[in-house]
Amino acid sequence: MKPVVKKTALASIVVAGIAVATAMAAEEASLNVGEVNVYSYRQPFLVQPLFEAFTAQSGIKVNVLFAKTGLVERLKQEGANSPADLIFTVDVGRLSEAYAAALTQPVVSPALAAAIPDIYREPDGHWYGLTRRARIIYASRDRIAPNEAPKTYEELADPKWRGRICTRSGNHVYQVGLTAAMVAHYGEARTEAWLKGIKQNLARKPQGNDRAQVKAIKEGECDIALGNHYYYVLMQQNKEQAAWAKAVYPVFPTIGGSGTHVNISGMALTKASPNQENAVKLMEFLAGPMAQQMYAEQNYEYPILDGVPETSALKAMGPMISDSLPLADISRHRSAAIKLVDKVGYND
Amino acid sequence: MTTGPHHKVSQGTSRVWLIGGIVVAAIVAAPILAIAWIAMFPSENIWPHLISTVLPRQIANTAMLMLGNGIGVLVIGVTAAWLVTTCRFPGRPIFEWALLLPLAVPAYIVAFVYTDIFEFAGLVQTSLRALFGWQSAKDYWFPDIRTLGGAMFVMSSVLYPYVYLLARATFQEQSVCMLEASRVLGRGPWRTFFTVALPLARPAIVVGLALALMETLADFGTVDFFAVNTLTVGVFNVWLNMGNAGGAAQISLVTLAFVLALLALERVGRRGQRFHHTSTRYRPMPPFELRGLRAAGAITVCALPIIAGFIVPALVLSRHAIVHFEESWTPAFFGFARNSILLATCAAAGAVALAIFLAYGRRIAGHTVFGALSRVAMLGYAVPGAVLAIGVIIPLARFDNAVDLLARDVFGVSTGLLLSGTVFAVIFAYIVRFLAVALGAVEASLTKIRPTMDMAARTLGSGPGETLRRVHLPLVRSSVLAAATIVFVDSMKELPATLILRPFNFDTLATHVFQFASDELLEQSALAALTIVIAGVVPVILLSRAIRSAHPAGRAPSFYSEPLPAQAGVGD
Repeated sequence: MKPVVKKTALASIVVAGIAVATAMAAEEASLNVGEVNVYSYRQPFLVQPLFEAFTAQSGIKVNVLFAKTGLVERLKQEGANSPADLIFTVDVGRLSEAYAAALTQPVVSPALAAAIPDIYREPDGHWYGLTRRARIIYASRDRIAPNEAPKTYEELADPKWRGRICTRSGNHVYQVGLTAAMVAHYGEARTEAWLKGIKQNLARKPQGNDRAQVKAIKEGECDIALGNHYYYVLMQQNKEQAAWAKAVYPVFPTIGGSGTHVNISGMALTKASPNQENAVKLMEFLAGPMAQQMYAEQNYEYPILDGVPETSALKAMGPMISDSLPLADISRHRSAAIKLVDKVGYND
Repeated sequence: MTTGPHHKVSQGTSRVWLIGGIVVAAIVAAPILAIAWIAMFPSENIWPHLISTVLPRQIANTAMLMLGNGIGVLVIGVTAAWLVTTCRFPGRPIFEWALLLPLAVPAYIVAFVYTDIFEFAGLVQTSLRALFGWQSAKDYWFPDIRTLGGAMFVMSSVLYPYVYLLARATFQEQSVCMLEASRVLGRGPWRTFFTVALPLARPAIVVGLALALMETLADFGTVDFFAVNTLTVGVFNVWLNMGNAGGAAQISLVTLAFVLALLALERVGRRGQRFHHTSTRYRPMPPFELRGLRAAGAITVCALPIIAGFIVPALVLSRHAIVHFEESWTPAFFGFARNSILLATCAAAGAVALAIFLAYGRRIAGHTVFGALSRVAMLGYAVPGAVLAIGVIIPLARFDNAVDLLARDVFGVSTGLLLSGTVFAVIFAYIVRFLAVALGAVEASLTKIRPTMDMAARTLGSGPGETLRRVHLPLVRSSVLAAATIVFVDSMKELPATLILRPFNFDTLATHVFQFASDELLEQSALAALTIVIAGVVPVILLSRAIRSAHPAGRAPSFYSEPLPAQAGVGD
């Protein structure tokens, strides 16, 4: 006698699996005509309007997969058969990781070279920056006079700020980016001392996201916080958070006497890209004036392209001069940075 | 759990089950083995750095978190289960099912909600400051929610239902005979509980505890949110910030060793003990009637975990959902819900089918290789979802690329990726992740069926398949349903593996919640979060009703243990 029930159960699962796989295969087949596939570390609701504009202009459909982790590994394992054409990231770390794992290919495009300054792309064209996100200081409007606010990141380690600073976890990519920039400017030993100094000045154990740091200033837990610049505008527009933004003013500090530390959101063409031509079209579109302006208007990031009119919200925050060190150089020090964070016990 | 002797069948049949079982178990264990494989290729040796810096603290935090959660879920789960099964007090019938509700609430959402309430800028502290005129944090002391203690509080309040569920089923089954014997011999209700009922319920309680602790180890969302530096945080640091997947996999394996060590310790602890009934007579216990203060105490004990693990989070989410309804409502919402339910249903069916196959195969075909492989497959429950997702991609992509290569060679066509990046990959990940729940339930249930039943059926001419269908399946049906329910609810909540493995343009409720939550806008996705909770509540209530009608004397179902009339069970 046969195990009928189990067989039936297994059979139905197999059938369901096949049905699903067929459906997927059918979908995949349709993916190959006039489409481009993106693995994105950026939230879809931020990039979707840009993709829609691109589709409207070119007729090419954009398929998106969003995840916060693991896309580089997925790409690596899928190998030559990977459907992905482009990787989108919110920081330079993932771009250099994909490049280091030999998952990208160089794009030689005069349009991209013209639009994107050298310091925001990989020299051979393995990755390109799209927008700049400045890591700035938020200072309490009530408790810190504008002339007393720290003008450099280095000053944050000054003992006069003891018990007055809030930051998020030292392991977060944005904090790691800043720490890596310090290593690039000053080397590991001085960066370690700097991290120790900030740790001693912390009002509380590192926790929460960028907005939460500003909220803590509003509530009087601390007077100074680090955060990405665009949250200032986003908070102003949020009914609950507008009060937090009102409690602070933004300061654009400098690093190593250069400018404000910026990270980039960026893109890279995958080595296995099946729709290369379309992918390069999308890359060029995103670096173009229309998309760059959309980026600035929607998420209040600084466009990478020169000559895009600044949005009034960003203008109101004051002038931003960014650090002139190439991001590829800063990114190399990420691993060293994270080890220093561990070493000084920054998160404890 | 007691393991029965093997109900040997003819060599040929046995071999078919054995080979089939080993193949299935190997497929399910593949992702875990893949993680072990990555661990062999770290980009640098991470240990000197870790040992000299964060590792001691991470190990200490992990151990403390497991200890705290372990104590938390045991105290809440066992106490509540004992009260609702053996006592009578006002509200008991409601508590009986309501105590399961926190199962439907994802821990990361509870963490968010309590931070919102208890942090310095939260409702509680703001009100206190307004009330007493305090100005800053220096004027008063208030426990910080973003700490180890906060994480224990939040995780215990959503994980205790695992222990509650199992403890309750076991207490329900305990015949009055043993407990009465204890009372006759002069022990009061308290001593009876501690010296008879609790030790007898130990195997079931340990299964629940193991599930809760494995969840604890797998959790990243809550500890990350609460800034508690655990080994899991270390895994993600090494993987994502240092770009060392191999090193991260090594840390993952160390945490799994933690789980194996705990389970082994427990087995050693009850070696030689037996837990089955000694009498074939079953009589239900007369309930303890609680009045006055005692009743009030029982009500408080049962109400607190429900308030903490369900009511407060659900209220906060509802408030946000109403305030932000217009931003959060989208017609695509039905699509997300459909995807979630579809994936969770397939995962529940798949996990349960595999669990039955593995458990029954092991019963009839011996268990050395089988047992080891199914233990490895069960470890999926203790691995963080994102890490498991990488473990899933590796074998699937290898398979796809091998098929593609073959097809190119033989037929000159490319098949591309057949399984990677499809919903199959997501369902497979769920099955691997939640097989522990299903297998634990089915195995425990099967071991309660007397081997003489198998023998009788076989003597009467049924093969192993028919015996399974006509004898075992009807007997374990209710445990199977309960297991399917939990896998379903857990799959609805699953986030990290879904994110990484899903196809293009594909969203579930959980991924939809996450894209906003990850942009620091959880309020805007409260509606979707609430939907996850509601979708989980419905099956949880159904499950609870099934257990309620369960009674060892009757033919009704119970969870994790089949209510045969009390009997001489299978021995060790």
